[in-house]
Amino acid sequence: MSLDLPLIWAGIIAATVLLYVMLDGFDLGIGILFPFARSPADRDAMMNAIAPVWDGNETWLVLGGGGLLAAFPLAYALLLPALYLPIILMLLGLALRGVAFEFRLNGRRSGKRFWTMAFAGGSLAATFAQGLVLGGFIQGVKADGVVFAGGPFDWLTPYSALVACGLAAGYVLLGAGWLMWKTEDALHGDARRWTAIAGVLTALLLLAVSLATLFLHPRVAARWGVVDGTVDWSRFLPKAPIPLLGVAGLGLLTFGLRRASHALPFVGAVLVFLSGYLGLAAGFMPYVAPYVLTFRQAAAADNALALMLGGAALLAPAIVGYTVWVYWVFRGKVGADAGYH
Amino acid sequence: MDFDAFLLSRLQFAFTIAFHILFPSFTIGLASYLAVLEGLWLATGRERFKTLYLFWVRIFALSFGMGVVTGVVLSYEIGANWSGFAAKSGSVLGPLLAFEVLTAFFLEASFLGVMLFGWKKVGRKLHFAASCAVAVGTLFSTFWIVSANSWMQHPTAFATLPDGRLVATDWMRVIFSPSFPLRLLHMVLAAYLTTALVVGAASAWRLLKTPDETESRTALIMAIGMFALVAPLQLAVGDQQGLKMGELQPAKLAAVEALWESRAGQPFHILAWPDRALQANRWELSIPRLGSLILKHDPNATVTGLKAFSRADQPPPLPVFYAFRLMVGLGLAMIGLGVWGALLIWRGSPERSRVFLWTCVAMGPAGFVSVVSGWVVAEVGRQPWVVYGVQRTADAVAPLQRGQVSASLLGFLMVYAIIFSAGVIYILRLIDRGPAAGAAPPPPDEGRAPGVSFNAALDPDTTEDGR
Repeated sequence: MSLDLPLIWAGIIAATVLLYVMLDGFDLGIGILFPFARSPADRDAMMNAIAPVWDGNETWLVLGGGGLLAAFPLAYALLLPALYLPIILMLLGLALRGVAFEFRLNGRRSGKRFWTMAFAGGSLAATFAQGLVLGGFIQGVKADGVVFAGGPFDWLTPYSALVACGLAAGYVLLGAGWLMWKTEDALHGDARRWTAIAGVLTALLLLAVSLATLFLHPRVAARWGVVDGTVDWSRFLPKAPIPLLGVAGLGLLTFGLRRASHALPFVGAVLVFLSGYLGLAAGFMPYVAPYVLTFRQAAAADNALALMLGGAALLAPAIVGYTVWVYWVFRGKVGADAGYH
Repeated sequence: MDFDAFLLSRLQFAFTIAFHILFPSFTIGLASYLAVLEGLWLATGRERFKTLYLFWVRIFALSFGMGVVTGVVLSYEIGANWSGFAAKSGSVLGPLLAFEVLTAFFLEASFLGVMLFGWKKVGRKLHFAASCAVAVGTLFSTFWIVSANSWMQHPTAFATLPDGRLVATDWMRVIFSPSFPLRLLHMVLAAYLTTALVVGAASAWRLLKTPDETESRTALIMAIGMFALVAPLQLAVGDQQGLKMGELQPAKLAAVEALWESRAGQPFHILAWPDRALQANRWELSIPRLGSLILKHDPNATVTGLKAFSRADQPPPLPVFYAFRLMVGLGLAMIGLGVWGALLIWRGSPERSRVFLWTCVAMGPAGFVSVVSGWVVAEVGRQPWVVYGVQRTADAVAPLQRGQVSASLLGFLMVYAIIFSAGVIYILRLIDRGPAAGAAPPPPDEGRAPGVSFNAALDPDTTEDGR
């Protein structure tokens, strides 16, 4: 039996993007929450909660880009020009916030203030840009053959703006959940409040995005069994566990908040993200560049996919292993002065 | 000149990649240096190695961060601005870039966290292992990216599908393309020299201010050792590369030397003004036959000139010619610095010669200038091809509009200017304070939290946001 390499790689890229969204999601969310912190010391603690791991988290984004180039070069070559401006905005935002980790520690008064703003502003810009990319992706891209043939602002619609708001709320939820886990005292209390607010916003926006998608994008709606306003239950029911997972995530979040659990709200937030992500995937499969290229049409040559699969099989366990180890080394609560002896 | 999306994309890519390369060329060497320092500290127990480690790791953190964020940009620009290239070569080059992420970026990013923040969280040996992992990661990264670039310079072992896309026919020959081994060596040595020059300049600066600072004396001697050993080696490697270039990319070689006619016994132009419109040099200052001697190791050998290639296939000679001379000139200066420093060490105390110390300071940026010059030689010399002989740069550009690329180029110019100026100021400030400042115990009221980088505890200003 020969392996279905394009299918395997579609799965790997999808998993990479999911991991990126969850891991860098809490990093970016914490950046967005930066202006709401009570004190500089709280901001230090918030940064300390992610400083040792943010770079590894962002590497999943590089793998997503590099992996898409390697596994589905035609999709990479079609999507990136189509989403050019939001991609550039994301890169600029990530650059400003990325250097802020070290620069903020080196700046004197005005410098530190500037990098505090750059961290928050860059995180917000990168998040919003990712939301616009996602919205533009769902809307689909215009192509002539396999080459982008649309305009520079095709991605900019009320729908993509709604998706961007939804993603921002989701990242804030992840970030606040992570902070609940990693901090204590007043900051933990703040994080708890932020989690509750972001949880409500995320739930509402996720619902709004889902409904908007069903109304505006009939192809996706048809996948969910919604055609001309009627629901085909035989198509909807097999996918029903996906929204239910989201509801379960929100339930866990609420339960965790009520029980004053430190870790459960984050787990709940992760489930909500997983549900949203699977929901999207179910709406798109097998398109890797909606609605132009399927993953089979966009796939790289089999020998390239095979080489990389061999490499990935060898390297992935090591990567996962040391990534988990690093999280383990930096487990436990952080603070501006917590744990210092 | 018409500023269309193509030209703007070229300017943007040239700017973003030239900016990016500054940081890896420094951090590749610095990562190895840090691993050596920590190893020496563990082996000898001498405090000055630890002091130097803790000092340079802060500069490493700043530079590495700038390298990461400017590198992420490139992994998306290849598709965003050069989708024609990505679509055509993705099945060949994509895996090499993906392997760079898998073997290098995750390793570096994960262990960097331990290196910077794990000083009190893991044992000494494990911390040393983390430093080594980061150093190895930077070298893996160099391996893959230079491999990909070498293949673009001289593509081998590929076939073209009916739809124009390329596929590899032999991965070993794709990864180890003919110009790769020398290029890799050249890049790693360049990175080591760049780092040594910065370390030398920083130590010399400190010694000019405080002549008996032990740590800076040790670091200066280590740097001189690197100049003396690596700079001559680099010259030999560069010479071999010249021979290889004559074999694989004769048009580039002709541009490097501003040679137009193909003939025996070519002169060496010390200075010249190559003019594409004239297809000749407007003026030149030359040494007869030296060109053939350098390029072919035979004063009577024939060297191909630019006119052997149709005008559409000629690289622009002017930038390539001068970038090459700048690189080689600085390389010779580095050899001179190494010989001078070695003589001073032999006589006993290099830190006593203020002229030498000032020269070291002045040479601090020389590595960066050489690296960027070498990059201009390699990449501008490859033009008008993006994949040499296979795809023209003009056919690689993405279907973008002028306004989009103007906006993005402006964005990169502004953001990078901010990042660069702040980063340089912070690094120079650290260098000015010197390694000993980092070794002083923090003031009593200021603890370092386990998750806090060294920087936090050491700068009294950093506990306040200034409001």
